[in-house]
Amino acid sequence: MKRFGPGESVAAILLALAALSPFVLPSQAWIGFAVNAVLISVLAIAWNVTGGFCGQMSFGHAALYGTGAYAAAMLQIRLGLNPYLAAASGVAAGAAMGGLIGALAFRYGLRGSYFALVTLAFAEVLRILASSFEITGAGSGLTLPFKPGLADLQFPDRYAAYLFVLALCIAALAVSAAVKGSRLGSNMIAVRENEEAAGAIGIDAFRVKVIAMTISGAIAGAAGVAYLQIQLFVDAPIAYGSLISVEALLGPIIGGAGTLLGPIIGTIVLHIVGEVVKNGVGGAPGLNLVFYGIVLLLILRFLPNGLMGLAGRLRRPAPAAAAARTAEAR
Amino acid sequence: MLGLVVPAILSGLTTGAVYALVALGLTLIYGVLHIINFAHGSLLMAALYVALVLNMRLGLDPYVALPIVVAVFFCAGYLLQRFVVDTFSHGRDANILLVTLALSIIIDNGALYLFTSNTRTVDVPYAFDMIEVGPAFIPLPKVVAFVAALVIAGLLWLVMRHTRLGAAIRAVAIEKRGAELMGIDVKHTYAMCFGIGTACVAAAACLLLPTFYVTPQVGYAFVLVAFTTVVLGGMGSLGGALVAGLLLGVVEALCGLFLGETLGQIGIFAAFILTLLFRPAGLFAPKVA
Repeated sequence: MKRFGPGESVAAILLALAALSPFVLPSQAWIGFAVNAVLISVLAIAWNVTGGFCGQMSFGHAALYGTGAYAAAMLQIRLGLNPYLAAASGVAAGAAMGGLIGALAFRYGLRGSYFALVTLAFAEVLRILASSFEITGAGSGLTLPFKPGLADLQFPDRYAAYLFVLALCIAALAVSAAVKGSRLGSNMIAVRENEEAAGAIGIDAFRVKVIAMTISGAIAGAAGVAYLQIQLFVDAPIAYGSLISVEALLGPIIGGAGTLLGPIIGTIVLHIVGEVVKNGVGGAPGLNLVFYGIVLLLILRFLPNGLMGLAGRLRRPAPAAAAARTAEAR
Repeated sequence: MLGLVVPAILSGLTTGAVYALVALGLTLIYGVLHIINFAHGSLLMAALYVALVLNMRLGLDPYVALPIVVAVFFCAGYLLQRFVVDTFSHGRDANILLVTLALSIIIDNGALYLFTSNTRTVDVPYAFDMIEVGPAFIPLPKVVAFVAALVIAGLLWLVMRHTRLGAAIRAVAIEKRGAELMGIDVKHTYAMCFGIGTACVAAAACLLLPTFYVTPQVGYAFVLVAFTTVVLGGMGSLGGALVAGLLLGVVEALCGLFLGETLGQIGIFAAFILTLLFRPAGLFAPKVA
């Protein structure tokens, strides 16, 4: 693992403070906001494994998130499976869906825009299927019976739910750090930078990309399961909707794709912007998302490496940073 | 059985013509700029609202409004490419995709804020007029949309083949640097393409409005069908987009007939995924080794 520079350290300290804030500022609105922001951060970390480390931008991470949520819900409701086993199966289902989509897409050599489109199409097909069949609850979705208590992996209040998503987020971050620091992570970065060159030095690019999608699927599936266990409800527009796919990629792009903390920072900044706008104009629908779009545009225009790119500049001496920028421009 | 299938095919062809028109704009932008314009569906939705507002406030018939909306959206498309897409993406492919995604988020949710999520329709006197075509009755506005879409596709073909602009567009699509050396203004040509592509969706919007509804989400459904059409027809191929659009309209109508309304769209996405996997260059492209 690389040593953290000052920029990353500042970011990490800010994040730790933000994680503790719901206990310092106890209010129902704030804790609800925090649960949602941390949950989406987990999804953003998942996206970052394929989109950031491996350079394969997915526009359909809802396919993985929704599969995790639906698998866990169906196993509990239809088969009466223990919630913990169902949750583990949800994670496995997300991983399997990731591996399947990856294997199909990469087997036929899809990259760039084509990969983005095929992931989008998979999410859309799953959304239509989930809203059409009885086993997935069709149009009305699936509701878990309310049985608060740890035995059923349900939470008596929002603080318990917050602790759960926070633990999940830290676990996801640990997985993501372990992947990035490993040989596999280096191979992913090699594939991102130049797939032909990576192949020439003996990296099996297809295998690396499919593994990236599988790991990403497991983390995204876990986020879906967490959503289910907190809300006790899942339906097709929520689980497989395009909003989830978009939120999965906004955080990493804004925070800095391929960095460890970027996805979390990006997601939290976006959610804060959204919340400020909501409070400013009094809950008009849509306006917070308009600002999501504007933030994305501004980041692409002025900070193409995201907020962590800004943090990185604090560390590097000016000439090195300038050299890095010219290298990137090429 | 045949009594149901033939009307379904005819109805599918009329829907397909509008799909083709939306896809023509998208494929033109892809073929020349090599970018996937995620905002395409959102621009369609925006054009539907412009035509709707013109109808409600000024009482303009959607067909009368067509030239106005097309002109406005041509200018909007030109300016968007020149001053937003190009500038904000620094010309990097992955970023262009994200810039158009950001534009679609802004336009979709801006419409949600301005117009709320209520479904709206226009009242036109001819909405329920029927025309007898062989064994089927087709609503008059659908026949108009079908004919107009084919006419516009023909016009586009004439522009591409027989004008200096068309020649410039084709030159830039094949060899950007070479075209630049020949004195073609590449940025202007890109923006003209984006403008023409956007004008196509504006025309499609005016043709759709009499028989369709408007919500802020309507663009999303269309953009996915348009992507499918473009990929199926071969990215950048105008003729391919036209044939693929008509084909998809029929596929959707037949799937709807046999599988039910909600599952009807599955046929389109199944076609999309299968094409991306097995023939990513499109159905009609010569196989390249």
